Amino acid sequence: MEEIKNFTISVYTENNVGILNRLSAIFLKRHINIESMTVSKSEIENVHRFTFVVNISQVQAHKVVGQLEKQIEVIRAFFHTEDEIIYNETALFKISTEHLYNEEIQKRMKFRRAHVLTITERYFVIEASGSKENIDKMYKKLKPFGLLQFVRSGRIAITRPKMAISELLQEFN
Amino acid sequence: MKTLNNEAKQNQATTSVKISGAEAVIKCLLEEGADLAYGYPGGAIMPVYDEIYKYQDKFHHVLTRHEQGAAHAAQGFARVTGKPGIVFATSGPGATNLVTGIADAQIDSTPLVCITGQVASHLLGSDAFQETDIIGISTPVTKWNYQITKASEIPEVIAKAFYIAKSGRPGPVLIDITKDAQFGELDYSYKKCEKIRSYRATPKIEVDKIKEAAKIINNAKKPFIVWGQGVIIGSAEQEFKNFIEKTDIPSASTALGLSALETKHPLHVGMVGMHGNYAPNKLTNECDVLIAIGMRFDDRVTGNLNTYAKQAKVIHFDIDPAEIDKNVKTDVAVLGDVKETLTEIMSYVNKAEHKEWMSEFDKLYAIEKNEVIVDQLNPTKEGLTMGEVLGGINKVSKGEAVVVSDVGQHQMFACRYADFVKTRSSVTSGGLGTMGFALPAAIGAKMGVPNREVVAIIGDGGYQMTCNELGTILQTKAAVKIVVLNNSYLGMVRQWQELFFDKRYASTEMISPDFVKLAEAYDIEATRVSKREDLEGAIKTMMASKEAFFLEVVIEQEDNVFPMIPTGASVSDIRLS
Repeated sequence: MEEIKNFTISVYTENNVGILNRLSAIFLKRHINIESMTVSKSEIENVHRFTFVVNISQVQAHKVVGQLEKQIEVIRAFFHTEDEIIYNETALFKISTEHLYNEEIQKRMKFRRAHVLTITERYFVIEASGSKENIDKMYKKLKPFGLLQFVRSGRIAITRPKMAISELLQEFN
Repeated sequence: MKTLNNEAKQNQATTSVKISGAEAVIKCLLEEGADLAYGYPGGAIMPVYDEIYKYQDKFHHVLTRHEQGAAHAAQGFARVTGKPGIVFATSGPGATNLVTGIADAQIDSTPLVCITGQVASHLLGSDAFQETDIIGISTPVTKWNYQITKASEIPEVIAKAFYIAKSGRPGPVLIDITKDAQFGELDYSYKKCEKIRSYRATPKIEVDKIKEAAKIINNAKKPFIVWGQGVIIGSAEQEFKNFIEKTDIPSASTALGLSALETKHPLHVGMVGMHGNYAPNKLTNECDVLIAIGMRFDDRVTGNLNTYAKQAKVIHFDIDPAEIDKNVKTDVAVLGDVKETLTEIMSYVNKAEHKEWMSEFDKLYAIEKNEVIVDQLNPTKEGLTMGEVLGGINKVSKGEAVVVSDVGQHQMFACRYADFVKTRSSVTSGGLGTMGFALPAAIGAKMGVPNREVVAIIGDGGYQMTCNELGTILQTKAAVKIVVLNNSYLGMVRQWQELFFDKRYASTEMISPDFVKLAEAYDIEATRVSKREDLEGAIKTMMASKEAFFLEVVIEQEDNVFPMIPTGASVSDIRLS
């Protein structure tokens, strides 16, 4: 049995209606659950970048990327393991103001990458960013205070290895 | 403002004319050389049909009796001509009825351009009458799809659709056009699409890989080729033949690759796969080099992957990079159009002889002939066999006919026993296994190659799924020869029930109407044969007819297709009985 691990799949696409459906259908057909997803502009004008995080084997990752790249409006797709990328996730925690001066919360706020975004009479909001593990840890610590709302972003990732996407596009143009 | 001015100037400069979106659709198709479409009208596509009416001296439309029939007819046309099949349907049920045909075309790499009407753009998402999200529904089964909401988009999108459908590994595309875009006006001018920046139709050929492959082939003692439809799609039949003749490599076809090489060619060792021939299946696990050409290692070809050709070095020629290592790990992947790669490799491969190795195939063929083939082609039992019907057709057609088969036992008999002397002569639903495919596909095939004989081989089950298309034959006079092999069972499922479910024939027994009367109701000459002595005469009468003809052959009820590789078994565990 091949080892299942986290892969970050980056997909550069044209910016058209319906691409998300086409990409997600490839995961669906193979019964792969998408752990997180982010879509944004990329470094290239009019080219969008999807970042998927999935828990699959290396062989599966290779095949999925092949199918993703096969889509007409996909320019290139890549997959990377955790050690090949620098990535970040962000989370927002909305907590009742009565807990604001709680020792545990104050302790949490000392983390370099957590801060209070806003404070009102009724609630305050903490923003934290970091690895999935960092945010999981923060969530565990803050949950006992009764989270009024909690939301976390999908992963955004920059790769350590070069992705020769700009050159490729130049070649196409 | 600046751009607007520029645009205005440009428009003045060109000789473009203002026409409706619907008219543009027809003009674009004509620009692409497509003057024949299959379809079914309805509310949301009426403006286009109105133009079909106006252009009827240049553009022909075949009204099928169901949209599924339109899609399959277009597939049949595409498979025998290599040109994209054109399909029209209305929104909602019209569009959803196409889905089976589109999925079939996708898995069998058949170029289709499907154009569906859609509710007006201001109604999108309102659950309007006959509104359905056909873009969402068709996404996983199309090579590309697109919804047009403005008339001005039509020429560029249709040009793109043709380019995508035809290029690289072909496939179906679907263009959904809202009704207001059909009514809307545009400044019409047409330019064929030659490039899409995000799409590389044909991968770059790597000469190093070709040299590496040639080296392995030159050193092989027991090389074996399995070719697929890629040889036909790439029009590489001659290059393929040159290659196998120079290297003297025994070659077997997949079901879809049939007819790329004439059946009687000395290096043609049959068909691989679940009901393929004994020798090529067995020897897959004895060859030292397996060369796959334009095929995708379907599970019906490989059987259990863990025991498939493990002893062999694998070389895979394919145009689709996603096929490499998808099912079978390759040692050398030769990416590219096989017409080019097979030409290129010729200067690196040595002329060779593999007589001893070839004799292994002959030996196993003799066993299969003895235990299976003789009994099928020249049976001594009372009931008629499917094999002898195919044998009878071969005698008259001399392998010149296009054989369109449906799905089931009769399909496997057609693939195993039909002789072919010309390429693009075998049309069958391979990957999807769509019952009901053959009758409409045969209609399309006949229109694609009107001067060739087209024989549809269909079971009693599949026939009843789309026999409404007899109406299309009645109206168009398509001279299709229809052979229904009637064993009063869903034969393939029944065979599995017999072998793997202790003969519990759950819902496979079939009571059918009088097929002869049914054909006659559509004004098609029809006959039924249930005795051996009448078979040859009936086939001759059918083949001599200049018009459509229906022949029902009553087949021995519980006949099975052998050889067979049971699901999950290895190719070398192929059974003869």
